[in-house]
Amino acid sequence: MEVILETRDLRVEYRAQNGQGKKVAVKGLNLKVHAGEVFGFLGPNGAGKTTTMNVLLGFVHATAGDAYLFGVNVREPIARQRIGYLPELTYYYKFLTAEELLRFYARLFGIPRAEADRRIDQLLRLVELEAARKRPIKTYSKGMQQRVGLAQALINDPDLLILDEPTSGLDPLGRMKVREIIQRLKNEGKTVFFSSHELGEVETVCDRVAIINQGELKVEDRVSALVEKHQANLEQIFLSLIGYQAEVTA
Amino acid sequence: MNTVWALAGVVIKELYRRKDFYVLFVLTAVMTLLMGSITFFNDPRIASYLKDICLLLIWISALVIAITTTARQIPAERENRTIFPLLAKPVTRGQVVAGKFLGCWLASGIALGVFYLFFGVVSASREHDLAVIQYLQALWLHWVMLAIVVGLALLGSLVFAAPSSNATICFIVVLGILLLGRHLNQVALQQPEPLRTVVYSIYFLIPHLEWYDIRDLLLYDHPGLRWTDCLLATLYAGVYTAMLLLGAWLLFRRKPLHA
Repeated sequence: MEVILETRDLRVEYRAQNGQGKKVAVKGLNLKVHAGEVFGFLGPNGAGKTTTMNVLLGFVHATAGDAYLFGVNVREPIARQRIGYLPELTYYYKFLTAEELLRFYARLFGIPRAEADRRIDQLLRLVELEAARKRPIKTYSKGMQQRVGLAQALINDPDLLILDEPTSGLDPLGRMKVREIIQRLKNEGKTVFFSSHELGEVETVCDRVAIINQGELKVEDRVSALVEKHQANLEQIFLSLIGYQAEVTA
Repeated sequence: MNTVWALAGVVIKELYRRKDFYVLFVLTAVMTLLMGSITFFNDPRIASYLKDICLLLIWISALVIAITTTARQIPAERENRTIFPLLAKPVTRGQVVAGKFLGCWLASGIALGVFYLFFGVVSASREHDLAVIQYLQALWLHWVMLAIVVGLALLGSLVFAAPSSNATICFIVVLGILLLGRHLNQVALQQPEPLRTVVYSIYFLIPHLEWYDIRDLLLYDHPGLRWTDCLLATLYAGVYTAMLLLGAWLLFRRKPLHA
């Protein structure tokens, strides 16, 4: 099966905030995500999930190791031609309308005008923002902003979707909608790589998961295999792997 | 280039959907018209004074628009986190710098065009005559000068964290050059070494923005500049702008962004 996303011995170091020494955010991470998979990337806060995504998206450079999207090193901007990215909590250009925002992003991908119009209509229907398409984004609720974010992530009809906590801050209805969209993308054969703290949600939609803690990969396997092996649900497995039980008993 | 134009388009939309430009234009118009309605002792030179004030207000407004619009571009992208979905597209950081520059410069040009149109109307209505060549040269050189100012503010936005501090420093530098730039060589002559060399170096290093201020041509009916001089001034501004943009790109290129 084609490998869509890959990291090889990825290491990311930061200068510590107090200016003394270095903090290792990711330690020799090896991951492979295959075509058509929904892959959950899990870990507690500060585990290195967002840092890994930052490297994949070219926001920060790896200290060592490499990362590839569709076999192209992420240092090349062209590696991002076939991806869609939904960041956590973004406040899109509030003076633009949803339609203008999507047209702007479509232009960045060089999508012809007629095709862009067709996709904009389709996406605004998908995220249920048709009625608000001509309204400035500054008038949108948080849930609507997240949905417009999802629409922008899909404007280029990506083969790989990278979602950073896509349901963060959404109400149950909003979460359900996002879950439905992920499921729909999966049915269309898209690859989805997403981080989340909602383990129930991950268990429902993901084929495989990776759990990292303190920058190290703890496990990478199919959800069903993990549940069978540990005879527990994903939340219990997650807590056990990050050492939560050990702390409690200690 | 399509990416750069798309980025520039967003900046232009921002300018005409924000209130800053309208406030400055209305202020300039009201102040000019108010002063134009007053007659001081039937002084025949009143039209000249009026044009002088109007042009001064245009210069101040254009600097305010150019600097404040540019200074907030990249910091706002980071603060609102729109930089992340933007750079997650096949967009390079060089294109972001170029797009922001083009957008801010074009937006400043549009604003400048509106202000000069107003000046042209005021001028023609008072004197029933307009020196078209000088008028066009003044507009062009003013806009070219703003390219350096926009480049400076863009570079500043990558050096200083807060847009307000960047804007303040840019204003001080630009006003300093406009008011003192032409005198620095004379100041240098009066200094002992090594201060003389330092002041001379500054004189030769700074972009001489004051060369682009040809308001006197419009006020005192001087003949227009030679077109070759305009071309040289444009090239000079182009070189400085390119250097400032190169600096901005070098800074932005390696800047880690944490989502």
